[in-house]
Amino acid sequence: MAESIDSQKTQHRMPPVSSRRGSTLAGWALAAGSLALLLILLDSGRLAAVHEAELRQGQTRASLDRLTDPALFTEARYARHASQADRHAAFQDHPLALEHFPAGSLMPPPPP
Amino acid sequence: MNLFRSAWFERQRGLIDYSVANLGRRRGRNLGLFMAYTLLVFLLASVVLYGDALRREARQLLADAPELVVQRITAGRHDLLPDAWLEQLRGLRGVRAAEGRLWGYHYDPAAQANYTLLAPNDAPPAPGQIEIGAALARASGVAVGDVLSLRGFDGKPFAFNISRVFESESELASADLMRVNPADLRAFFGIEPGRYTDLALTVSNPSEVRKVAEKVLDRLPGARVIARDEMRRTYEAVFNWRQGVLLTFLSTIMLAFALLAWDKASGLSAEERREIGILKALGWDTGDVLRMKLWEGALLSVCAFLAGYVLAWLHVFYADAPLFTAVLKGWSVLYPQFSLAPQIDMAQMATLFFLTVLPYVAATLAPVWRAATLDPDEVMRE
Repeated sequence: MAESIDSQKTQHRMPPVSSRRGSTLAGWALAAGSLALLLILLDSGRLAAVHEAELRQGQTRASLDRLTDPALFTEARYARHASQADRHAAFQDHPLALEHFPAGSLMPPPPP
Repeated sequence: MNLFRSAWFERQRGLIDYSVANLGRRRGRNLGLFMAYTLLVFLLASVVLYGDALRREARQLLADAPELVVQRITAGRHDLLPDAWLEQLRGLRGVRAAEGRLWGYHYDPAAQANYTLLAPNDAPPAPGQIEIGAALARASGVAVGDVLSLRGFDGKPFAFNISRVFESESELASADLMRVNPADLRAFFGIEPGRYTDLALTVSNPSEVRKVAEKVLDRLPGARVIARDEMRRTYEAVFNWRQGVLLTFLSTIMLAFALLAWDKASGLSAEERREIGILKALGWDTGDVLRMKLWEGALLSVCAFLAGYVLAWLHVFYADAPLFTAVLKGWSVLYPQFSLAPQIDMAQMATLFFLTVLPYVAATLAPVWRAATLDPDEVMRE
């Protein structure tokens, strides 16, 4: 009887080994990360469909008005229509002139 | 044979148990490392995902751009061209249609913003009316029915009635756009009748675009011809891996990662070396020590990769990349609000994985291998 109580106490103090194993914890962490990755990848189809309508509006505007460039860099004239600008418009003073506008440091001269 | 009950599997689990316990022993250091690693993957993945999505967006947006744009160059500068050019090019073999484009820029000192004024050939607004982009309306605080007053080339004020604000969905194309009547645009900029900013050509056979461009240059030596493909290539270059926007971010991120890997590869702490010596003295062979360290590095880097990549995806496609907006915006007063479409690219994901996980794991293993091949007694006495 005493032996059985001792064994019960031992069991009470020490939970089953498997639940405390580091490998189980690592497995759960990897599974959670993989599941999150899977969920966002699965949701990408829905996001792309929502975006499709938005893109079509932009395409229609660009097509109707014969636009040549997206309105991403509006701070300087030569950056606004990068594809139409002079090849060296951003470097008008000399080829290595420091650029005034932040966009100039993000946009290299268009390829020849 | 059941893999999960095999001796090999149990051995690996035992090694992983030890690795996790090891990571837990230096909790503060490993947590810091995990966070730095996650941040690194997050930035790297954000840059790649954002650049790719933006490049795709620009390509799709410009899908219907004019096949050829002809500019006049005078003394090395862009100049207005006469309508005689239009007639000359209309007669060119291979050209299906040619139309003059009228557009220009206007700096508004009140809003401190650059506007793009355009007089479309198709469905232009009535004289005195103006149609504006949503970003412009937002920045100027105007709406349909309001009057927008701008100073023309001669300093005289022009009052336009706002008849339409473009849908915010088209902002990437129309953020700073102002559509006006051709007669209004000529009066506003002082452009004489019969002159255009440039010409847009439609080519009968798309495969002959280059040939037609050569013919245009033959006929008009003072012209500059820009093909649709070149317009696309401009934006490919801006958002390319090795250039422009991405390089600006990538160079610092890659440097940070190289420092992290170098720190790892340059050696183990005395405590870690002693631990390896003790394990070997207890009977672990070199292979076991290496496998244990491999698991440790792999668990840390794979978890950091997953966390960093998922966060980057959320940042770019759910939060519209607020970190990059500030950089792209620069000093622009008018900036479009737009979202980007995700596209699953397994090759890109694999590249990112190998670029971040493999160097770290390799950098972790090299010093461990050096320590693990030494005599345990020697390692513990060091």
